[in-house]
Amino acid sequence: MQPFDLVGSLPLIVIWLALGAVGIVIQAFVRNTKLVFGYYAGTLAVTGTLAALTSYHKTTAFQHMITVGGYANYFDVLFCAAGLMTMLAARPYLQRSESEYDEFYTLLVSAVSGMILMAHSNNLVVTFVGVELMSISFYVMAGFFKMQERSVEAALKYFLLGAFASGFLVYGMALLYGATGSLDYVDIGLAAHGGTLRFPLLLAAGAVLMTIGLSFKVAAFPFHQWAPDVYEGSPTAVTAFMSTAGKAAAFSAFIPIIMAVMPVGAGAAAAAYAPQLQMVLAIIAAITMLVGNISAIAQTNVKRMLAYSSIAHAGYLMMGLVSGSADGAAGILFYVTSYVFMQIGAFVIVGLVEKADGTNVMLDDYRGLGKRQPLLAGLMAVFMFSLAGIPPFAGFFGKYLLFLSAIEAGFTWLTIVAVVSSVISVYFYLGMVVKMYFQEAEHATEPAPTGMAGITLAVATIAVVVLGVLPSLLLNIYRTW
Amino acid sequence: MVESYIPLFVMILVGIIFGASNIVLTEILGPKRSTRTKLSTYESGMEPVKSARERFSVKFYLVAMIFILFDIEIVFMYPWAVQFKELGMYGFVAMILFMVLLFSGYIYVVKKGALKWD
Repeated sequence: MQPFDLVGSLPLIVIWLALGAVGIVIQAFVRNTKLVFGYYAGTLAVTGTLAALTSYHKTTAFQHMITVGGYANYFDVLFCAAGLMTMLAARPYLQRSESEYDEFYTLLVSAVSGMILMAHSNNLVVTFVGVELMSISFYVMAGFFKMQERSVEAALKYFLLGAFASGFLVYGMALLYGATGSLDYVDIGLAAHGGTLRFPLLLAAGAVLMTIGLSFKVAAFPFHQWAPDVYEGSPTAVTAFMSTAGKAAAFSAFIPIIMAVMPVGAGAAAAAYAPQLQMVLAIIAAITMLVGNISAIAQTNVKRMLAYSSIAHAGYLMMGLVSGSADGAAGILFYVTSYVFMQIGAFVIVGLVEKADGTNVMLDDYRGLGKRQPLLAGLMAVFMFSLAGIPPFAGFFGKYLLFLSAIEAGFTWLTIVAVVSSVISVYFYLGMVVKMYFQEAEHATEPAPTGMAGITLAVATIAVVVLGVLPSLLLNIYRTW
Repeated sequence: MVESYIPLFVMILVGIIFGASNIVLTEILGPKRSTRTKLSTYESGMEPVKSARERFSVKFYLVAMIFILFDIEIVFMYPWAVQFKELGMYGFVAMILFMVLLFSGYIYVVKKGALKWD
């Protein structure tokens, strides 16, 4: 019996020991935010590096509870990068609001550790633990400005609705277990594909309930209502993190579950409900992107606009799930990677323009930014173009891969809806650019000095441009799994 | 398949009948001699002084939360202790790791003063 695989589990072991055994004790004795910041930044850097170095090692560990290598390690690196970028931008942001407590970084790393667990999971219970670890950290982070009414409201709303969604998730897991007799994704997949089920309906019901629970976590229609309020009320640095890495983590759990329970093309005997589930996902994806993009047009608050745009992006990402194929998964991986960089970049700029009391986040406050801050406005324009899916930025190529996978799965109508909603989205993304460059400000307020957030912006910009020009860099990695 | 559920249905049925008949029968047969003491909130307990609908200090919740955390630690130790010999070195190391993580959390709780009442 080989109880665990030490090499493969190294990223997980490092982040938890650094967080739970060492970090907490340091924080108990030392009141030094700078030290804690450095310690946790180092933790994320080491974890990400270890994940990248051990990605060649593909196996399962802890009695098949987790998978290591390849796909999971790719997500580890993405989460650690997103966490680091958020930390760098969050420090000056929190200092300006005079609410920099070292617990912020603890919560952030704990959220990252939950995401890592979700990506590594090969077991329903492990997925659930990961989801909760991430979500509970997010609930607290959303209310981090505890003296601001909006922040507390966001935290409470997120917590109540999130707990409700977790209920759906658990119930779906219970039904999957009841239908297949196993919590292991491989066994569930074999049972669903092999058609040896006694109660196929139970499996279908479980799959639908889990889709509901995870749709909430990625903010897909009709479970998206919380997103605008929570994203608007939370501190901007937190919004940047949970709207990107949180969504990426939810998809990292979504992909293996859908792959296991939706046996597309395995024959009618396997699971008759597969085409129906595919259609459900397609309809969710179509309505999500339409609702997100159309609602975003009407917004006057930048954070709210980006929240609706993030709902729309969840819709695009779900197109990759519809096909249930490796191509779709590769599309999701590429799009979610580029999405993390462009959305964090956009939110970091919003955080810089925002004043310490949380105002100055209206679209009209961006008038004339192009003249006052040419560099900042230029970067914002890059992220807007990328979010709109205009080449040569990363967003374009991600969309191309997702649209292609949907067409190949026979969902041409879904691709048409996606193209139409992309065109709608160009209106408000370019509206932002128009405000910055072609309108004059009545009252100019200067953005905060960039500070360490500059590193985040530089990394995000480079990633968005490089991934847009050379997508094969990542696509070649996906091919090796 | 379905036959194996028959005892379960019988049990549910008996449970419903027993519960319902008890309520109905006491209502019909039972003597009703209510006194002032019998009608008070706690018949043999303390006199209620005022309404319970008021705000409690958040300290109660904090202590309750920490209590639950460390209570679960004990719950985990029972099955581990029963299977200690079978689990061997692997189980021992795993439990030590678990205790170390909980203990560092405990240090944090104590140092941050979460258990201080004033």
